[in-house]
Amino acid sequence: MKYLCLVYMEAEKLHAVPDRECVNCGVGLRDSGVLIAAEALQPVETATTVRVRNGKVSITDGPFAETKEQLAGFYLVEARDLNEAVLVASKIPPAREGSVEVRPVRELNP
Amino acid sequence: MEATDPIHETVNAVYLSESRRVLATLIRLLGDFDAAEEALHDAFRAALEQWPREGVPANPRAWLVSAGRFKAIDGMRRRKRFDPLDEEAAANIAVEDPAAWADQEPVEDDRLRLIFTCCHPALSPDAQVALTLREVCALTTEEIAQAFLTPAPTLAQRIVRAKAKIRDAHIPYEVPARTDLPGRLDAVLRVIYLVFNEGYAASSGAEVTRHDLSGEAIRLARLLVALLPEPEALGILALMLLHDSRRAARASASGELILLDEQDRSLWNREQIAEGTRLVERALPSRDAGPYAIQAAIAAVHAEAPTADGTDWAEIVGLYDVLARMDPSPVIGLNRAVAVAMRDGPAAGLVLIDAILGRGDLADYRLAHAARADLCRRLGRTADARTSYERALTLTKQEPERRFIERRLAELSK
Repeated sequence: MKYLCLVYMEAEKLHAVPDRECVNCGVGLRDSGVLIAAEALQPVETATTVRVRNGKVSITDGPFAETKEQLAGFYLVEARDLNEAVLVASKIPPAREGSVEVRPVRELNP
Repeated sequence: MEATDPIHETVNAVYLSESRRVLATLIRLLGDFDAAEEALHDAFRAALEQWPREGVPANPRAWLVSAGRFKAIDGMRRRKRFDPLDEEAAANIAVEDPAAWADQEPVEDDRLRLIFTCCHPALSPDAQVALTLREVCALTTEEIAQAFLTPAPTLAQRIVRAKAKIRDAHIPYEVPARTDLPGRLDAVLRVIYLVFNEGYAASSGAEVTRHDLSGEAIRLARLLVALLPEPEALGILALMLLHDSRRAARASASGELILLDEQDRSLWNREQIAEGTRLVERALPSRDAGPYAIQAAIAAVHAEAPTADGTDWAEIVGLYDVLARMDPSPVIGLNRAVAVAMRDGPAAGLVLIDAILGRGDLADYRLAHAARADLCRRLGRTADARTSYERALTLTKQEPERRFIERRLAELSK
């Protein structure tokens, strides 16, 4: 079962966790076979939102919703169940500064 | 079939005593709450058809689990369109060792699995309560909705969402490992206590008590104690029994609230007090005894006292000190202050309450103002008492409490 762990941080805390620590965490998770993919993101000011309406592409500056916390990165992990996914999420260093939303991946049903 | 039919009666009796156990096992075997509920009903329907012909089986529970399981496999096969995943699931269900559900231990484990899953912290507190009452206690959605003064569709929606989250997010159906147990047990205890308090001191509405919920919470705690006799499980059962023992004395015939020191102690339920006290004595020596056990110990000291004045207030203050070290919350500080007032006089208690209110904690907590008012009243500081009663009055939502405070205010004017 795949879970996407979405890391949310307040803007001023984006650099509160040293990159080195995040890299180590990623390596550890990859070595234990849990990690499928993980990336940190540029701040929300660099975001662009894309919509297609009536076949017309519109782009706007910024994220879809303004919130205090912004999406700062993600970890896609493989876990037996939610308990295991929560355990992984609790080890992601930014969890102690911001928050981590754990979302189960939905298998598409074509 | 006549309702008086002895077999029908047997099936009803088996439903009452076994349906939750059968459901708990079927959820494990089928891996899905809804499928298990459907299988449970199919199994009882089959029992009504077959037991009159074939007699009641020696082990009705094992029979029902087996019947439910086969009905579920049948259902999967009948739905034709099943994908390989379903076939695999059906095969898994079919090979499960029959001895696994004739045996007592796994079955009791299933009941614990069900409790811990319904009280999983990934579910919202409201959903934990609703799901536990529905699945573990077998209350109907309508009964739960009525007890919590919530519209039935809202409650049904809450249960549906919780089950969907268990399924889609893969909340595991298991008893937590020893290392995770304290935190997970806390969640279960919180649900039980919330149900109890909702019944015992409804925060709104005209009734002081809603008996069914308190009784349900006590039943649930008894089940938990039987399955997992942890000190805090013993503690919460003791605490609820000791509170419940005062039920008959808490309100007058006309529904007026009567405080602890004015209650007719001959109305207290001695059987509940004896049981609660025994549980406290079992829980307290353990180093895992926590806030519930300590609160139960406090309730036990009250229960043993022949009169309010004859209460061992020093002992109660000592227990609040222990409690405050475990959980330094302002509400516990408030209760401790009231106990200090009883031990050392109202002036000593008032200093402590004013300090708590001065920090801004509990500024909107009705009982803090009511307690302050009471101490001021006893000190003859009528104007201060009036101000605090009036503040408490604006904060209370409970009708009997409102009338109580109004009575006190009227007495001040005399």
